[in-house]
Amino acid sequence: MRKRCFFLILLTCLNCSNDDSGYEPTPQPLSIPEIFSDNIIPPVIPTDNRQTLEGVALGKKLFFDEILSADGTKSCASCHSPQSAFTDNSPTSIGIDGIAGIRNSMPIFNLAWNYNERFTWDGKELSLERQAEEPVQNPIELHSNWDNVIERLQAHPEYPELFRLAFKTSTITKELTTKAIAQFERTLISANSKFDRYSLGQATLTSQELNGLDIFLREDKGDCFHCHGNPNNPLWTDNDFHNNGLDSNFSDLGLGAVTGDPNDNGKFRSPSLRNLAYTAPYMHDGRFTTLDEVIDHYSEGLQNSPTIDPLMKQLAQGGVQLTLQEKADLKAFLLTLSDPSFLNNPDFHN
Amino acid sequence: MKKKAPYENKLQKQVLIILVTLGLSFFSCSTDGDSTQNFQVATTFKFTHNWDGAPVTNSDFNTIQYTNENGEMLSIERLRYVISDITFTGAQGEILTFEAHNLVDVTNDNGLLYTLSTLVPIGNYSNVSFTFGLNNTYNTGNYPDLNAANFNVPDNLGGGYHYMQFDGKYLDTNSDEQGFNYHAIRAVDNPGPNPIFPQDTFFTVNLGPVAIANVTEIEVEADLAEWFKNPNTWDLNIYNQMLMPNSDAQIMMFENGQNVFSLGDVTQQ
Repeated sequence: MRKRCFFLILLTCLNCSNDDSGYEPTPQPLSIPEIFSDNIIPPVIPTDNRQTLEGVALGKKLFFDEILSADGTKSCASCHSPQSAFTDNSPTSIGIDGIAGIRNSMPIFNLAWNYNERFTWDGKELSLERQAEEPVQNPIELHSNWDNVIERLQAHPEYPELFRLAFKTSTITKELTTKAIAQFERTLISANSKFDRYSLGQATLTSQELNGLDIFLREDKGDCFHCHGNPNNPLWTDNDFHNNGLDSNFSDLGLGAVTGDPNDNGKFRSPSLRNLAYTAPYMHDGRFTTLDEVIDHYSEGLQNSPTIDPLMKQLAQGGVQLTLQEKADLKAFLLTLSDPSFLNNPDFHN
Repeated sequence: MKKKAPYENKLQKQVLIILVTLGLSFFSCSTDGDSTQNFQVATTFKFTHNWDGAPVTNSDFNTIQYTNENGEMLSIERLRYVISDITFTGAQGEILTFEAHNLVDVTNDNGLLYTLSTLVPIGNYSNVSFTFGLNNTYNTGNYPDLNAANFNVPDNLGGGYHYMQFDGKYLDTNSDEQGFNYHAIRAVDNPGPNPIFPQDTFFTVNLGPVAIANVTEIEVEADLAEWFKNPNTWDLNIYNQMLMPNSDAQIMMFENGQNVFSLGDVTQQ
């Protein structure tokens, strides 16, 4: 009996010595829009990085904080601005040293539904957490190194406590930092475009927008749907990689440089068509300034190469040969995928 | 814009459960007094692919190395198809149907092994069959897995889902590489808001008798060359792209598909 009492007292003392006794971060599952839950399978949430209120808040603070860059001048948001659907408006982004990268900054939304978890234009990052790791140390982006970043975060007056609230430890690591950023990024959900409301019976499309949808969905017209989704796939991407006929010779191998397979040369991730109104310029290298140029490319500008996707049609004519009216209609439809409420959501702003 | 009610998936699951329950009841009745009547085992379908007998996997993709019946050389770059309605027919005609679907994605090595969600009673079955594609009723459902896989057919092309996407390149009469999209769907005429369906183009694949005595793997072999061979010698110079709104092409795919699938090895653990 005396021994039992001793162990109980010891256990109580041990519990008392633990700062986080009984504390658990507050679960905050993603708020999944009806248009998604009705039509597509659930998002990918890693079992070792569940969404929490405190984790998302920490991730948001980190996302907007220039502390992640070597000289304290840029943050994730510098190239992924909320006002531009979390991209920027440069063909390729400029890092802290004024050096331009080779790729256009990808917009960030609905990334929890990237089922195969290959991120970035070339698919080199195999999770959102791992993606968040790379720009910090990339010499033409934030040009920092993680040891320095962790040192700065650890010495910061607020971060150790915020990490404790999010992850039950005030010892900051690279892994926890990227987990928090990934949690915030997963909350960036866009599902309130005019077309979404149309699908839910809450809005109507003009005849021009409906004509554009028809062109988008016709195999003998735009044939956009094979790579960019359809009304039953509200992601508006197939989450896959294609060579869409931009070049006959590649200066950037894209997926091929990652896999080492020449059959993947010139393939890049199909971006979502949501929010095109805010994400110019277009393509992996930002070569097209306007949406009209993009449509012209698929209509007349295709370049043949050994890895061009067989879904690219009428190659000999340069593309699907849309009329001016068809191009205008298609553009009108594409703009119905814009979601201004996503840009203005205060949860997504610093 | 077709909007399907969320309850439909639930309803389909209920139908499946009812069918399985009914099926099990039949088997229980037919084996009354048999001490093995409660023995049920896991059953897996294994989908393998060949070209006139030569094995094909995704490692063989992207190289022009196959010759079709019409003499055109071609490559495979993307191959995925959906099967559904797996049915076991007992010796007395009892039917056990699994009203579900499986997307066989050869490109990404997904769905090549498909284990039925319910155990199968042991026994000698006079036939095992499945539907290539989706029957017309099933094809009106809303399936999040197929939507997420971007396997839909737009409403202006009849709606529902692809039965198959078989993409690649062939050498044309000038020996230039050209893309082909051998996409099988429900044949449709008058694409647009009021499509007309000239005939069904899903079909039943009968694998023949299968004995299930223990945990079983049933190999389904698909000879991809047959899509181009019999009874229609497929000319890729004529039928290459934009075949979804071409009902004649769809009906020829349906006819050629009858000879694609066959029973391979049946292994029991």
